[in-house]
Amino acid sequence: MTDILAEMLSFGFISRALAVGILVSLCASLLGTSLVLKRYSMIGDGLSHVGYGALALAAALNLAPLQVAIPVVVVAAFFLLRLSQNSKMKGDALIAIISCSALSVGMIVVSLFEVSIDVNSYMFGSILALQEEDVVLSVISSLLVIILYVLFYNKIFAVTFDESFSKATGIKTGLYNALIALLTAVVIVVGMRLMGALLISGLVIFPSLSAMRICKSYGGVTLASVIISIVCFIVGLSVTFYVPVPTGACIVITNLTAFLLCAAAGRVRGAVSK
Amino acid sequence: MKLIECEKLAMSYEGVPAFHNISFYLESGDYMLILGENGSGKSTLIKGLLGLKAPNSGKISFNGITPREIGYLPQQNVIQKDFPATVKEVILSGCIGAGGFSPFYTKEQKENAEKCMRHLHLDKIRKKSFRDLSGGQQQRVLIARALCATDKLLLLDEPVTGLDAVVTAEMYDLISHLNTVHNVTIIMITHDISNTLKYANKVLHISSDRSFFGTAEEYLKTEFYKEMSGGKKHDGYSC
Repeated sequence: MTDILAEMLSFGFISRALAVGILVSLCASLLGTSLVLKRYSMIGDGLSHVGYGALALAAALNLAPLQVAIPVVVVAAFFLLRLSQNSKMKGDALIAIISCSALSVGMIVVSLFEVSIDVNSYMFGSILALQEEDVVLSVISSLLVIILYVLFYNKIFAVTFDESFSKATGIKTGLYNALIALLTAVVIVVGMRLMGALLISGLVIFPSLSAMRICKSYGGVTLASVIISIVCFIVGLSVTFYVPVPTGACIVITNLTAFLLCAAAGRVRGAVSK
Repeated sequence: MKLIECEKLAMSYEGVPAFHNISFYLESGDYMLILGENGSGKSTLIKGLLGLKAPNSGKISFNGITPREIGYLPQQNVIQKDFPATVKEVILSGCIGAGGFSPFYTKEQKENAEKCMRHLHLDKIRKKSFRDLSGGQQQRVLIARALCATDKLLLLDEPVTGLDAVVTAEMYDLISHLNTVHNVTIIMITHDISNTLKYANKVLHISSDRSFFGTAEEYLKTEFYKEMSGGKKHDGYSC
């Protein structure tokens, strides 16, 4: 395994992919637990399509892609998490509306301005697309996510578990929902370059779902999902080094395998304890 | 001592007036039932008491207690059904409001949570996952969490929904025990008059056009009680 890693690291683009991928996997799995429990599993899908729309717009206007994409996606995430709580429309419907509208805007912009965007790499990700600035950005944003998550861990738990109770004890639940929205948006934008708009959801939901099969406590789920996420990423990336298959897809399938193993382990343990 | 006093309170829900002219007071050690049909504004009143919604008119005054010192037991939400968290984690989260901006729990908060856990005989299942507990155990855990936030006043929103008759009776006994032995003031929203009236000393019945506030004995003589106990079905519950 170490030999494989050493060989992989000798390629610049692979070491960039490893650095960005590990950080994004870590952050996505941290946020994933909260998002899955709050029934926002599809938010990654919705936001990454907004990201595609924003990137197309940025290309048409000749602006730096991420400087446009991050604020646009942050606004969309905020809108999704805030609005769906107050309005009569539920989260899944809102995500569907935002997701396909943003995708359509992106496609229209691309054809009107004849922007040359590699649609394939945006949709399904590409480790070759990662530049030096992506590495810097992902390090900064990951540090932001990790620090804020650790500082507000207890409050994020309380708000996720029971918003009404948290509100009654004086916690500004709107603030923490906005925080989760902000962090999610950053992770999605950074991660979609690697995983692709269609597959970034896999990084958000799979590790948490796997961890929930085998752990009983929230702390345990959080820790296990981070470990599962990073291990699956490294395994998935390593496989694509030898087998010519798309990286994003391979990572998702590795995560699916981990999920099935965890589900089986959870079943077995449940049966034994009965 | 009057802990909470509401005078000529009027509140609305999403712009529509829910109730008007409600006056009541609550003294330390009271056990008050809040009754009323669905849509009569019980949940809106709770928001008012918790300080989450301002009244349209009238006044809520607190004496020796703040809205933050009300231990609240909301109706259970769907999220909690498969939530991976241990009993200890859930109870400890009751201390969160007192911590201000401090990111971690202090030693005192942890000790307080331990105390609440022992109090409700939950220390044996402290490491169990909340989602694996029975409905009665879950409510017990949520009461312990509310007690972590306060030991003065519990506000319980239909605490026995979904519980069977035996567990319901146990839950009422527990609430009554907290009230009589530990002097925790209780406000309970319920549809289950027949089983709860014997514990309460005050009753507030709200409806859009008229309301009642008085002692449990007085309530027995009202039209409300006759309607509720006259075999007429209310919200699916026969009283």
